[in-house]
Amino acid sequence: MAAVLESLLREEVSVAAAVRWIAHSTQSSEDDFGEAAALSSLRPLRKEFVPFLLNFLREQSSRVLPQGPPTPAKAPGSSAALPGRPGGQPRGGRGARSQLFPPTESSSAAAPAEAPSARRGGRRRGPGPARERGGRGPGSLEEGFSGESLCWAGGRRPRALGSPGSPSLMRSDPPNLSNLEEFPPVGSVPLGPAGRTKPSRRINPTPVSEERSLSKPKTCFTSPPINCVPSSQPLALNCSPWGHGLPPGCRSLQEEREMLRKERSKHLQQSPAPSCPTSESGSPLPSRTGNLTAEPANPAKVSFRQRLELVALVYSSCIAENLVPNLFLELFFVLQLLTARRMVAAKDSDLELSPGALDSLESPLFQSVHDCVFFAVQVLEHQFQVLSCLDKGTLKLLAENERLLCFSPALQGRLRAAYEGSVAKVSLAMPPSVQAVSFQPETDNRANFSSDRAFHTFKKQRDVFYEVLREWEDRHEEPGWDFEKGLGSRIRAMMGQLSAACSHSHFVRLFQKQLLQMCQSPGGAGGTVLGEAPDVLSMLGADKLGRLRRLQERLAAPQSSGGPCPPPSFPGCQGFFRDFILSASSFQFNQHLMDSLSLKIRELNGLLLPQPEPSDEDGESDVDWQGERRQFAVVLLSLRLLAKFLGFVAFLPYRGSEPPPTRELQDSILALRSQVPPALDVRALLQQGLRARRAVLTVPWLVEFLSLADHIVPMLDYYRSVFSLLLHLHRSLVLSKAGEGEMCFLNKLLLLAVLGWLFQIPTVPEDLFFLEEGQLDAFEVDAIVSEHGLDDMPVVDQHLLYTCCPYIGELRKLLASWVSGSSGRSGGFVRKITPTTTTVLGARPPRTTQGLQAQLAQAFFHNQPPSLRRTVEFVAERIGSNCVKHIKATLVADLVRQAESLLQEQLVTQGQECGDPAQLLEILCSQLCPHGAQALTQGREFCQRKSPGAVRALLPEETPAAVLSSAENIAVGLATEKACTWLSANVTALIRREVKAAVSRVLRAQGPEPAARGERRGCPRACEHHAPLPSHLISEIKDVLSLASGPRDPEEGVSPEHLEQLLGQLGQTLRCRQFLCPPAEQYLAKCSVELASLLVADQIPVLGPPAQHRLERGQARRLLHVLLSLWKDDFQVPVPLQLLLSPRNVGLLADTRPREWDLLLFLLRELVEKGLMGRTEIETCLDSLREAQWPGDFSEELATLFNLFLAEPQMPEPQLRACELVRPNRGTVLAQS
Amino acid sequence: MILTKAQYDEIAQCLVSVPPTRQSLRKLKQRFPSQSQATLLSIFSQEYQKHIKRTHAKHHTSEAIESYYQRYLNGVGKNGAASVLLELANEVDYAPSLMARIVLERFLQEHEETPPSKSVINSMLRDPSQIPDGVLANQVYQCIVNDCCYGPLVDCIKHAIGYEHEVLLRDLLLEKNLSFLDEDQLRAKGYDKTPDFILQVPIVMLCPLAVEGHIIHWIESKASFGDECSHHAYLHDQFWSYWNRFGPGLVIYWYGFIQELDCNRERGILLKACFPTDIVTLCHSIA
Repeated sequence: MAAVLESLLREEVSVAAAVRWIAHSTQSSEDDFGEAAALSSLRPLRKEFVPFLLNFLREQSSRVLPQGPPTPAKAPGSSAALPGRPGGQPRGGRGARSQLFPPTESSSAAAPAEAPSARRGGRRRGPGPARERGGRGPGSLEEGFSGESLCWAGGRRPRALGSPGSPSLMRSDPPNLSNLEEFPPVGSVPLGPAGRTKPSRRINPTPVSEERSLSKPKTCFTSPPINCVPSSQPLALNCSPWGHGLPPGCRSLQEEREMLRKERSKHLQQSPAPSCPTSESGSPLPSRTGNLTAEPANPAKVSFRQRLELVALVYSSCIAENLVPNLFLELFFVLQLLTARRMVAAKDSDLELSPGALDSLESPLFQSVHDCVFFAVQVLEHQFQVLSCLDKGTLKLLAENERLLCFSPALQGRLRAAYEGSVAKVSLAMPPSVQAVSFQPETDNRANFSSDRAFHTFKKQRDVFYEVLREWEDRHEEPGWDFEKGLGSRIRAMMGQLSAACSHSHFVRLFQKQLLQMCQSPGGAGGTVLGEAPDVLSMLGADKLGRLRRLQERLAAPQSSGGPCPPPSFPGCQGFFRDFILSASSFQFNQHLMDSLSLKIRELNGLLLPQPEPSDEDGESDVDWQGERRQFAVVLLSLRLLAKFLGFVAFLPYRGSEPPPTRELQDSILALRSQVPPALDVRALLQQGLRARRAVLTVPWLVEFLSLADHIVPMLDYYRSVFSLLLHLHRSLVLSKAGEGEMCFLNKLLLLAVLGWLFQIPTVPEDLFFLEEGQLDAFEVDAIVSEHGLDDMPVVDQHLLYTCCPYIGELRKLLASWVSGSSGRSGGFVRKITPTTTTVLGARPPRTTQGLQAQLAQAFFHNQPPSLRRTVEFVAERIGSNCVKHIKATLVADLVRQAESLLQEQLVTQGQECGDPAQLLEILCSQLCPHGAQALTQGREFCQRKSPGAVRALLPEETPAAVLSSAENIAVGLATEKACTWLSANVTALIRREVKAAVSRVLRAQGPEPAARGERRGCPRACEHHAPLPSHLISEIKDVLSLASGPRDPEEGVSPEHLEQLLGQLGQTLRCRQFLCPPAEQYLAKCSVELASLLVADQIPVLGPPAQHRLERGQARRLLHVLLSLWKDDFQVPVPLQLLLSPRNVGLLADTRPREWDLLLFLLRELVEKGLMGRTEIETCLDSLREAQWPGDFSEELATLFNLFLAEPQMPEPQLRACELVRPNRGTVLAQS
Repeated sequence: MILTKAQYDEIAQCLVSVPPTRQSLRKLKQRFPSQSQATLLSIFSQEYQKHIKRTHAKHHTSEAIESYYQRYLNGVGKNGAASVLLELANEVDYAPSLMARIVLERFLQEHEETPPSKSVINSMLRDPSQIPDGVLANQVYQCIVNDCCYGPLVDCIKHAIGYEHEVLLRDLLLEKNLSFLDEDQLRAKGYDKTPDFILQVPIVMLCPLAVEGHIIHWIESKASFGDECSHHAYLHDQFWSYWNRFGPGLVIYWYGFIQELDCNRERGILLKACFPTDIVTLCHSIA
């Protein structure tokens, strides 16, 4: 590889030829013969060139200390020869990847121990203690998998691929992925003394030894981290840029500990005064916190300008041809170079360059900060097109970068122009609070469940689900709170109740809806779309540097989204759903969830999204276009979310911390797994997407899906072919190509960003990107069928790009930290971009009508704005649906009423025993169902009547008459089709169901309390509802009853006025009825009867002079009269008057001495006279009274009363009066009898 | 009517071991003249119920039942007209109605061949004249009319109060032109959880001190005082379930509540002691 680069540098080969050589395996005719000859000898190395170049650049920049996180390069070929590698060297983790995650700066005492491993590639994922809290934290994926953190945590992956220094190791044959020597499994990191007792997010100390400098992957893949410890730096510098002449060997663990100790002590020295420049403390190196001043860069001091230009050109060309795995990673690296603070003082020998070495690679590429900046600006010039698409904040920071201005005023000018032309997008942040999925009777009521039990179980489950969700919301940020510990058992208990498959599907529907509802908005996804920290800093003003720095330290770590290539994670609310799935650990649930997610993904992926717009770009279509874009964004974001969870669940059973340890095992696993059909046929969907030119919709979600795959997946033939397709696509997305048939620029950029990210995922083999090339041809993408598709339309905007790829924001953070560190400029602006689109998805594609008419309709829409089509489809969909509802409410409801009255008749004629309800239902249905045929006619009529108006209201006024009427007709047709299809299939069943419900309703109502269901009168017309409340009256009467029943204090009693008032109020209440419910009225009736009994027995304690504790007879009689009239006229419930003659109430008379019977007799007569009770009824009551046991004299008197009552003639009134007149007292009455 | 926790505790403190009689209530009213009677009664009733729940078990051991029954028999043996059962209940600090039930059940066990069903007992308590023994009927009746926390009569009063307040709320909604679905309509549609009212168009309730208003989708009327115990039970059984299905809503505790319980406003459960006055409705046409 070095040879290629050197021949380039010696100008034996032109850059263009070299890039062609790299990009295409075949020689192009443009190639000069000499060039071809020079290159063809190097042919076997072709595919290793790019990884070599990337590593070379990383390595060259290792002496520069950028203040941002280190940039990983991911390349299989390392420049390091590994001859000295001990054979027994355990396979490391992934060197390159491990640097995907920047070490967290920390001045705490705990940090130094970790620093070395971090520097060496040990990665700290969750930065900062905030993410250390108990259990699974908010973000990362594999916290739930024990031990997995190890493979993220450090170590390196030895590469056996060829390296320039050792030609014997060069290989031209494609590497055998199943060769465990060459492709050792990931994650088997040699354990440090800390061991792996428990899965931990902290980095396990990886052995620190100088041996590591042997392994070029480590030093060359990464640029040095920010917080490098001074003394450790020379380790990296020991090696010459090419990796030759390294001291081989491996130090013992003892030495390693010694080094750690030293480093720790240095840190401890530094930490008390973090703000004082490190140079003062004798350290040769600046640290981020120690020295914020950067070395000024000067264009005049650039050494080997030509060489730098050349390398920059080759590098840029590789980027432009998508030969690098991750475009944004390279940009990040370039920006790191741009913002390099200062060069590490190299050894003198390094600086003394022999003149002959200048044009070769013997001398370091970057000799100074000036070189770095020069190189960076050179590359940036080539990448202007991409830069210009970055967000306004990044553009501003770039345009204001004084180094850039100094090195390329022209580029600065273009950036400034781009900045000024960029449209600022500010949208309101959505509150991330939880909103529940609403209850929809159509899908959620009893009719949708197999049994009452299932219905009620699901009712409880819904409540438990939200209870768990709320608790999570409240507590997941508390330190020490653990999802599994806090909620696990409750979740499992709930899942345990889901027995029926139908309940599972209900619950999954709820789960999925809630997932979409909560996680679609970025607020719910957690974290801002564009990094906030720098803006916060600039707002605070730079003069308070100390405060600012402290703030920066606090903010930088937790706010970092994990560097330019964060691992797949479940930020914010997504964490809840992930943990729920894990805690539930229910096979059935997972299966139903996968089914449901797959279905929804297919549905959304196939959604008819905006059609190609006619080219007139006037304001009107702009308005439409916003809607189209929004819809696209919503669909895309939903798909990504669903696919991520599908991937999570689908690969969950296979996830493990590491790949199988032996090849045999791996082979058997592969053999097994290749039998298993994929959860979702993503390959077919991808192929369809590519054919239909909808890659911009399909690929982003597919990437999310694949990002959660396990280690085996990329080795399976099926998924290998998927990856091949993606690689092919990646290469084809050359940004500089534009024009007919090419994808829109931002669409491409989105795909490049997500694919680049995918290629950095730990489970995706690192070399996949560089090695798959040979197989690309095997998977020819089918000839593109459709001419136009989503890919050609500017569906992606900057907003969406940043939402999908928040890591692009790292560029801005990097630049911002340069600003805050170097000059601390204040000003700037705060901006949050969050999608505002959480609207429901648009209309689904309707069933296409067949035949010519359908073709015509399609043709009609073709030349109309897409909004017209959506309007028509929407109207048709809604009207069709409304039509069904209308039929239900009219025709079906009428039939149900008929059924009810038929049933009533049946009940009346046959009495209670009307037979088996099932039989009844059959009879009714056979009578009524034929009427269902009317539904179609009525439905057609309804659609005809309703659709045109709706279309007219929704289309622009100016729509031409012909277009309008066609649109109306199509809408009518589609609506009718929809409604009638449904009705003809379902109306009979619907009628049956409703009639069945009615029958059971009627039969139930037949049962208890038939008397209570009488016709009820309402209030009088002018009633103002001021009557006393029934509850108050019952309470008052109860007081009287309790007073009468005793025990009572001597001074307690009731005034006669109060009694009268009470009965008056009772009358009012009974007449108002506004607040009267039947149970209350029943109790009032009962209490009034009790009251009457007390009056008759003279048992009400009356207030007044002690001598006269009894109610005057006349008063009592008046009160009884009032009661009688209330019973007769005002009560609407049956009054239990027979209670008047219950043994207990009659017995009250036994206690009074002397006994007075006249009021009872009076009452009985009045009851008969008013028709409240029949004579025979009273006689029966009196008869039964005889059976009770009474004191002897009382029985006698009672018998006398009977005789008296029975002796009275049918027309009692004159007698009654006579009786009263003749009998001054009780004694005479009885005497006469 | 909205009490602080401290105010509430002061009242609750006075209610320890007070029998649920007419006289107790009268004293309570004199002790806290500034509080509304309904609120006091509601608090009293709730506190007493808590007390009964705590002590329920010890009155239902077979030994306790036997001893109560024997004491009843002895008492009425001496004087059938005396308040035997009521005094017994007060003496052992148990609700008179519940004591009546214990003794009635025991009595029926002795006198009937088959053990009495719950519905038979309930029916006899509702109408003591059905009790075959006249003396016991009187004793039971006396217990029931003298108990202001338990018993069929009290249940009926509580039910009536609940109903009346629902009607009141419905009238207020109608008056304000807010269209709603009531419990019966919701049940007919097959809703599994039914608040008193679901507003067909949500409203916003403005709060004097808050910048933002609160969205209200549903309203639940509670004709009682909202103390911690009942509120938490309602939250668990009703309010959160409503929220889970219909979003944020309003609970009206007509007899007041403990101020500190109104802590889920941001989450979407608002407490009020009356119908909110400051509400905003959706405008159909924007000028």
